[in-house]
Amino acid sequence: MRFRRTTKADPLVDDLRRVLPADRVRAASLERSIMGRDASIFEGGQAGPVCFPISTEEVQGCVDAARRHGRAVVPRGAGTGLAGGSVPLDEPVVVVTTKMNRLLSVDVDQRLAWVQPGMINLDLSRAIAPHGLHFAPDPSSQQVCSLGGNVGTNAGGPHCLAHGVTSAHVQAAEVVLMSGEAVVLGDPDGWAPGLDLRGAYVGSEGMMGITTAIAVRLTPNPPAVQTLLLAFDSVDAAAHTVSAVIADGIVPAAIEMMDKNIIWAVENFVGAGFPTDAAAVVIVEVDGLPGGVTAEADRVAELAEERGGRVRRAADDQERALIWKGRKSAFGAIAQIKPNYYLHDTVVPRTRLAEVMNQVYEIVEEHDLQVMNVFHAGDGNLHPLLLYDRREPGVMERVHAAGSAIIEASLAVGGVLSGEHGIGIEKRDFMPLMFSEADLDAQGRLRRAFDPDEMANPGKVLPTGASCADVNALTKVPEGVWG
Amino acid sequence: MIGDKAGAALESFAAEVGSDDAVAVVGGRTHWEVGGSCPEETRLVRAPTGVRGFDPADMTIRVGAATPVTELDAALAEVGQRVNLPVLPGATVGGVLAVGRDDVHALGRGRLRDALLEAVYVADDGGLVTAGGPTVKNVSGFDLCRLLVGSLGTLGLLGEVILRTWPRPATQQWLAGSCDPAELRRRLFWPSSILWNGQSVWVHLEGHESDVEAEAELAQSLGCEPTDGPPPLPDYRVPTGVLEADESSGSYVIQIGTGLAYAAAPCPIPDPDPTVVALHRRLKAEFDPRGRLNPGRDPLAAS
Repeated sequence: MRFRRTTKADPLVDDLRRVLPADRVRAASLERSIMGRDASIFEGGQAGPVCFPISTEEVQGCVDAARRHGRAVVPRGAGTGLAGGSVPLDEPVVVVTTKMNRLLSVDVDQRLAWVQPGMINLDLSRAIAPHGLHFAPDPSSQQVCSLGGNVGTNAGGPHCLAHGVTSAHVQAAEVVLMSGEAVVLGDPDGWAPGLDLRGAYVGSEGMMGITTAIAVRLTPNPPAVQTLLLAFDSVDAAAHTVSAVIADGIVPAAIEMMDKNIIWAVENFVGAGFPTDAAAVVIVEVDGLPGGVTAEADRVAELAEERGGRVRRAADDQERALIWKGRKSAFGAIAQIKPNYYLHDTVVPRTRLAEVMNQVYEIVEEHDLQVMNVFHAGDGNLHPLLLYDRREPGVMERVHAAGSAIIEASLAVGGVLSGEHGIGIEKRDFMPLMFSEADLDAQGRLRRAFDPDEMANPGKVLPTGASCADVNALTKVPEGVWG
Repeated sequence: MIGDKAGAALESFAAEVGSDDAVAVVGGRTHWEVGGSCPEETRLVRAPTGVRGFDPADMTIRVGAATPVTELDAALAEVGQRVNLPVLPGATVGGVLAVGRDDVHALGRGRLRDALLEAVYVADDGGLVTAGGPTVKNVSGFDLCRLLVGSLGTLGLLGEVILRTWPRPATQQWLAGSCDPAELRRRLFWPSSILWNGQSVWVHLEGHESDVEAEAELAQSLGCEPTDGPPPLPDYRVPTGVLEADESSGSYVIQIGTGLAYAAAPCPIPDPDPTVVALHRRLKAEFDPRGRLNPGRDPLAAS
């Protein structure tokens, strides 16, 4: 790995240390090397000075300093992104918001909280639990991912089926633009005049500014919950049951699906009581008021049994928690099988689940790989996990080829590139498969309205050449980033 | 896939919009002067109409932007579904999206802006642009759909949209009384609407029969009685914060939990942050630098 510009003698580092205490501006190669990666498979990112601000004013100071030195800025939360969205390219100033992790205020009556961006997703729900409230988006990484990152990727999670992903739960965001100005987009009370700048900003993957505070909507805990574990002898039957539930007009809180290999791995890992003889299991959770919950749970069970499913209902909170522990431990369980995995993220219409899953199995077999599927079936959000051992020569080429084929299969049935991970570096060059040049140009215009100089997190989301503006030299992905 | 894009109809709409002169898209004219009026000489165009594709099992529907919302609602009612748009007689789907006003059910059903999954619009150069995608979950690229909702057609003219549908609840009930709206909100699990005029409260419940019955009993124990519907809403939409500062200005109805109130008289609304104004201006400059799309209308002037 090479670092061209950032040294301890870099005048930019001196400038940053006029804004932040020296111990919160890191320029040593080891620390910059750590910040060169996120949780994606991408390597070779090149971080410049790494800053840990604790206030909006400090973030503004970092942006001002970067601007004076003509350097880009990459916002970074907990680094759990899976699309390379926070992988720094060409030594930008990396602004890490993990030290801005406080719960600023809670208004129980208004069901609203102001949080700093570095607050961990699950910590928020834990903090407001005594009030009978929770934050609905619950990414699988919720124990470690930050709310600022959730805003950046418009994160989802198993329980976003009925109540929507992050955007639907963000009332307002305080943002530091690349001009150095701080501005509140949206309104914490919920009604702001004009364009929905808040909505345009959420999911912008750090390319429009840096989030410094978020007003989040809090969701009341449901009075009744029923969790069903449905076991099937075929993936087809499981997928058709998911489609049938939606077709029946039921929108559960969550519908998750896991196939045979991942069931086995999870059972071996945490002993969640999943049936290891099943080809697939579907977890359905319905919540709300007791009458509707019972009626919907009964109907889901009926639809499953009509398709040969075996139905187990969680008898109590303990059993329910165990089922979810199994689901949320899935990625960790994979280490028993292969040392590496590449987690894909596409969405297909819910009526095409069975068809696309069969294609995924065929694609993986063609490329001589193993796959496990654990995904948000209720909204058609596929997550094929391609397993591999990176020490095996040539395996990465097969992994990428299979991944490309899965993306193409998803788009062919009217699907989309990403349901919750975002585009980042990973799918940047796939964007023309989904969008025309004019579509991408419009996205570039939106970005430039917020960041005319394209200084925030350059090189992500929009493929080079999509924008009418001069292509910034930083938009080149350096060799080696694709691991 | 829920039907193909209305290729010929969209192309024809784009050709009609053209790339030269000032043009405004006309829907049902139910909110024709929200955010300002188009100059009289502005050429008027109309978007394609009709349901282009509907997969009830996927709970998504593709419609032309000029489709009346009542027609859409009727089509969905046949299969027990609905969209989260205000069903205003005469209004079009594109019109209610462009205006972006929630109806009184935003508390429970969510915001109108979240109903839009994909939009095909005509840009200032007369070209067709697709924003968003057809699935219920999608983070592929920047979220232009949220920007288009409430933009009054000033960034692009909606031609066709894909909307998320929801199950129609089995039953619904309005109640009204003199109870405390905050207490109602605390005690009821998921009311779709709570309205309050400072003296009386109206609450709307919907869902499974036994749940609505139980929640209605709870509301009645707090002082509400069944009623036919919501109160008439005063004309002026204002943020609740402004209203609370000047409650003596006249009658009002607050839409609890949404930040919105309806007032009988205009209230002074604070000027938006200059940076917010600058962002609006830059967006307009990026998307319609010649100011030819729906001239005379300004989302910031729409209350």
